[in-house]
Amino acid sequence: MSVADRPIVSPASGEGAAYPEHHFLNHTSGFLSWALTLDHKRIGLMYLVGVMSSFALGGMFALMIRLHLWNFKDGWLSNQTYNQVFTLHGAIMVFLFIIPSIPAALGNFLLPIMLGTKDVAFPRLNLGSFYLWVTGLVLFLTALSITGLDTGWTFYTPYSIETQKGGAVLAATFGVFVLGFSSIFTGLNFIVTINTMRPPGMTWFRMPLFLWATYATSIIQVLATPVLGITVLLLSAERLLGIGIFDPKLNGDPVTFQHFFWFYSHPAVYIMILPAMGIISELMSVHCHKGIFGYRMIAYSSVAIALFGFLVWGHHMFTSGMADVTTIVFSALTFTVSIPSAIKVFNWLGTMYQGTVSLNTPMLYALAFIFLFTIGGLTGLPLGALALDMHMHDTYFVVAHFHYVMMGGTLVAFLGGLFHWWPKMTGKMFNDNVGMISAAIVFVGFNLTFLPQFVLGTRGMPRRYATYLEEFQDLHRLSTIGSLTLGIGLLVALLVLLHSLFYGRRAPTNPWGGATLEWVCSSPPPHDNFATAPTVGDPYDFNGIEYDAKQGGYVKKA
Amino acid sequence: MPFILADKVAPYAWFPEGASSFAPQVDYLFTGILWICILFFVPIVIAMVYFMWAYRERPGYRGSPEALHNTPLEITWTVIPTAIVVWIFWEGAVGYLDMARIPKGTVDVNVTAKKWVWSFKYENGGENSFEKIGTVDYPKLVLPVDQDIKLIMRSEDVLHSFFIPAFRAKRDVVPGRYNYMWFHTTKTGIYDLFCTEYCGDNHSNMNAKVEVVSEEEYKKALEKAVQEPEDPLERGKLLYKRLGCSTCHYAGDEGANGPGPSYNGSWGKSVPLESGESVQFDENYVRESILNPPAKKRKGYGAASPMNSYAGRIKDEQIDALITFMKSLENAPAKTGK
Repeated sequence: MSVADRPIVSPASGEGAAYPEHHFLNHTSGFLSWALTLDHKRIGLMYLVGVMSSFALGGMFALMIRLHLWNFKDGWLSNQTYNQVFTLHGAIMVFLFIIPSIPAALGNFLLPIMLGTKDVAFPRLNLGSFYLWVTGLVLFLTALSITGLDTGWTFYTPYSIETQKGGAVLAATFGVFVLGFSSIFTGLNFIVTINTMRPPGMTWFRMPLFLWATYATSIIQVLATPVLGITVLLLSAERLLGIGIFDPKLNGDPVTFQHFFWFYSHPAVYIMILPAMGIISELMSVHCHKGIFGYRMIAYSSVAIALFGFLVWGHHMFTSGMADVTTIVFSALTFTVSIPSAIKVFNWLGTMYQGTVSLNTPMLYALAFIFLFTIGGLTGLPLGALALDMHMHDTYFVVAHFHYVMMGGTLVAFLGGLFHWWPKMTGKMFNDNVGMISAAIVFVGFNLTFLPQFVLGTRGMPRRYATYLEEFQDLHRLSTIGSLTLGIGLLVALLVLLHSLFYGRRAPTNPWGGATLEWVCSSPPPHDNFATAPTVGDPYDFNGIEYDAKQGGYVKKA
Repeated sequence: MPFILADKVAPYAWFPEGASSFAPQVDYLFTGILWICILFFVPIVIAMVYFMWAYRERPGYRGSPEALHNTPLEITWTVIPTAIVVWIFWEGAVGYLDMARIPKGTVDVNVTAKKWVWSFKYENGGENSFEKIGTVDYPKLVLPVDQDIKLIMRSEDVLHSFFIPAFRAKRDVVPGRYNYMWFHTTKTGIYDLFCTEYCGDNHSNMNAKVEVVSEEEYKKALEKAVQEPEDPLERGKLLYKRLGCSTCHYAGDEGANGPGPSYNGSWGKSVPLESGESVQFDENYVRESILNPPAKKRKGYGAASPMNSYAGRIKDEQIDALITFMKSLENAPAKTGK
């Protein structure tokens, strides 16, 4: 690789520059400077606060569920309250946390900086997305808390039609409708930005893999989310106009609702996991100080997952009584998704091979991700096998499987990414030792929570049960103990981050030794990111990036 | 594996002992996939931990940036997993086709699901009885051993799902259509039946027991298969359970404590309504509440999950029997405690 291909430092933010006196956080001040900001970095941070608050709320409901299930009967919640609590947990986690977490919070902050641009293509639309998200959040939370919605986050008909809780379903689904538009606009914005605003030298195959993942995610957001909107409109039309679509009393078919719902919600699973995979690709490469193994395969596999993800929704309905041919075809398509996922795991391991592995908080989260995601992925195999799914469908095996993917995968990657880019976002270093302890507690707590649930599932414990047979009690108690441990680990992680804001030392420009453009910008970046568009080369060329003790970070030695 | 995971309540690790012809097939496939998972997972973790150690950052060590690509290796780790998932898919699909193709000459049972009770109707028109286990009265489905059983299932309200773990069999019960399932019983015994599709407040109580018995015992059970008794009180007691009343209304010393009001001590009294008025708890009120439940909601039950109308699903003399049953509870004590 010639010298000319290497990242060139922009004049505004010289490498190794000291902590900048002027940056996006103090560029302007006052409430309105945040509320009306068009700066993608501030919008990203506002999303971050929003999604983390949602996560805390959803997490509290999760703990309520686990505590209720301590005893096999006569828990501290009534059946009805329990059903409302698991609905709140699922709906908040899916719609308010996981879907917007990485793309909207980290993606917003990083995407333009990684592209060496000042902002996304449509900054006003970006702010609009944020306010749509806030509106959706308010509508959704109001609907959930006031009306006592108890349909589960899936809103399956005809239960969601029959349950007459003050139009709870209509209000909540309207919230989802609005949230969907926020998601669509963000996706659209990212697609246009990546297509049109890449800097000189950044060909498609010189894009950081986080951008590939974000791009694939955005395509799903733009193509799949409208179907959710259509579903919600059909649900409203049925309810308000009495047209028979999903309600068997009006000659509708409830299974049609499931098709509509999962046509969005399955691709949504990939909206959740793809950006997490992007984060892990960045983390593995930077903290191994070595180029990513099999760059093209990782990039292609992101796109493959995005495409295959559209074709597998039927596996949520294997027991619903679909035609046999349909069922078998969906099973075959389901297995296609496993291949690109497996390739990614192997490539991440290949990245470690002969690298220089730094063990620190983000890396520990990344390694935890590989461990947990591998379990999550492998346990998808028995669920995709039709004969086995007939036994495991809607049992705790499924619950454990998707928590391994969604929480062990997306949440852990989100935390890893958050620690990784935290110095860049806030300009502060966190306490790495306590950070690593948080990763260890999260890892142990997570496994203790969800491993027993695999066994519960194969033994036949159904999902969404407020009370259960006594024989399942021991495993449930293990799981509850694990969930409390997990809660403590997450609390420690939060405290480490909050502590750094007040007491953390100033972050160097490049604390980890990354080669992508965000590590060229000062920490925190200036308002405009880059004075002129930088010319870039290979995002994973770590040649000459050396640790400099004086700076406490890495600098590029030419 | 089994000896690690088995515990004091279950002598097995993963699956309960199988009792249908599907079980060997399913368990075999699960064991196969489990070993495949182990064969992938263990090396992945070993490699991860080894790389963490061997290539850790330390003074005087510098990794090589060379290994970025290896086409034969990348093809290998694409092709091998692909071949394996093709096998898993194939085995799964073949097993599924077995489950989906219903043989001829089956013993048929009509299954009706409604919030929150299962009811079963045998070929001779008789209906299921109930069996008390602990404090819970479970609907009991009796089946002959070594027979192909076909279930013709319908739902009267929302989605339910019929699941017997010991049979490794599950199928959703969808309102507005019949769904079918079948299995071949191989072992006598009593097995759990769960509803596995969320159906509202008492979803987790929507359980039943399946008893697989010998051919002779099955014949006896069929003869006894309950026809509704003549005596109105006995008939009322039975209907209280069979029609699902017991899943919401506490009566005597049984049934679920909610979401609906208890029958105990109500008959003949003046009961307050949500609207602020009061109504005499008499024949007309009971009849109206069964046929048009939302008309006069009891005070304190305005926000409770609504009851579905029984209009068209219940005969007048059955209402009479239920009335007789409620009359008999005129002085029954209210449920105390939880």
